[in-house]
Amino acid sequence: MRTVDVSEISQAVRRMYLEMNVAVLPDVRGAVEKALADEASPAARYALSQIRDNYDVSARTGLPLCQDTGMAVLFITAGQDVHFAGGDLYQAVQQGVRDAYRDGYFRKSIVSEPLFDRKNTGDNCPAVIHLSLCPGEKVHILAMAKGFGSENMSRVFMLAPAAGEEGVLNAIVSAVRDAGPNPCPPVIVGVGIGGNFETAPLLAKKATARPLGVHHRDERYAALEKKALDRINALGIGASGIGGLTTALWVSAEYAPTHIAGMPVAVCICCHASRHGEVTL
Amino acid sequence: MIQSITLPMTPEVRLNLKAGDLVKLSGVLYTARDAAHKRLIELLKKGMELPMPIRDQVIYYVGPSPAPAGRIIGSAGPTSSYRMDSYAPALLDLGLSGMIGKGLRSPEVVEAMKRNGAVYFGAVGGAAALIAQTITQAQVIAFEDLGTEAVRRLTVRDFPAVVLIDSRGNSLYETGPAQYGAHA
Repeated sequence: MRTVDVSEISQAVRRMYLEMNVAVLPDVRGAVEKALADEASPAARYALSQIRDNYDVSARTGLPLCQDTGMAVLFITAGQDVHFAGGDLYQAVQQGVRDAYRDGYFRKSIVSEPLFDRKNTGDNCPAVIHLSLCPGEKVHILAMAKGFGSENMSRVFMLAPAAGEEGVLNAIVSAVRDAGPNPCPPVIVGVGIGGNFETAPLLAKKATARPLGVHHRDERYAALEKKALDRINALGIGASGIGGLTTALWVSAEYAPTHIAGMPVAVCICCHASRHGEVTL
Repeated sequence: MIQSITLPMTPEVRLNLKAGDLVKLSGVLYTARDAAHKRLIELLKKGMELPMPIRDQVIYYVGPSPAPAGRIIGSAGPTSSYRMDSYAPALLDLGLSGMIGKGLRSPEVVEAMKRNGAVYFGAVGGAAALIAQTITQAQVIAFEDLGTEAVRRLTVRDFPAVVLIDSRGNSLYETGPAQYGAHA
């Protein structure tokens, strides 16, 4: 058995959020630069060049890439032979988020109650924490900062099995078409197929963190990702939604076992900032 | 070609702008998003005075990140405009000349823009640190308790934007994708 002090978790979480909100990931930057090089529309080029220049301004000034520094979402996979010491693991994660959003001068965007008061909690907490166990004594953390311009455009479809591949493609493309300019295209599309009403969106959200350019290991799903990306980019929505050749930078799909009567499809749309990070402790 | 536009906008300037025009905005504008709009409309319903001028002015839909020490403002990109759609027509009818945001607008907003000769500009969502460099002054002028959602008076120089919907109701969101989609 290995002991991990929860203060280590707080520090790791703080470091990840300070970095992801300011420094664009190299694969995302590469995809945006390729989109700019390939773009035919002058207006979309104007938008894409601002997106690219924004990376440099963020790096130079330390200002966050986007003013919506998002809701913090963390997938924590803990080895079952780890003993967490020194406090409450959940509170330690919240503390890491709180420290990062204070120290980074990031926007605090969380309200404590959604319908009546909508009072800001003032520290961007609580973060959403998905905790699961695995064998061993390591701790893996996938952390994301998810803005709500794109979160609001994400969708769940409860398809019948007979809908088949065409039904899945239609669901993906319709979500992106209906979203139009709202989720800050060019977007990254995460798709979760199977599972149930609550697990399909978890698959979809995790899929948005797969490195761009990496297809699913199952070649049938890899082909589905390619078809979806081609159909999305044929929509012509383009950067900022003002018409152009690149509406999505990438599509990543994941699947899970499901019921004989169903085929849930979740489409998680992520803006071009795509802020996330991973660490293994 | 990128046109330079001075804010606030005279009727002559805004009526000449066309959907798809690339612009750089310089001058004074006001920020307001969800919570501030709710309060502005409540004030109007009570017949009370608004905390800022509306006629010929431009409102920017933004909730900036906090200003680090030594900076005027934090990152300040546009938020999705549709959430302000239920409030915008009343402000347009008071003479608001333009809005800056991102994303689609309702038919009611477009009708109110046509009725009043107003323009909807788009800023690039996610170009927030870049846009912050064009803001030379920032001052909270109302609803300070709303934090990031407070109304701010901003002075901007060469703020990059595009005309999304012009005063005749032409929309780049319709013509742009139609031109570059595979079925065009």
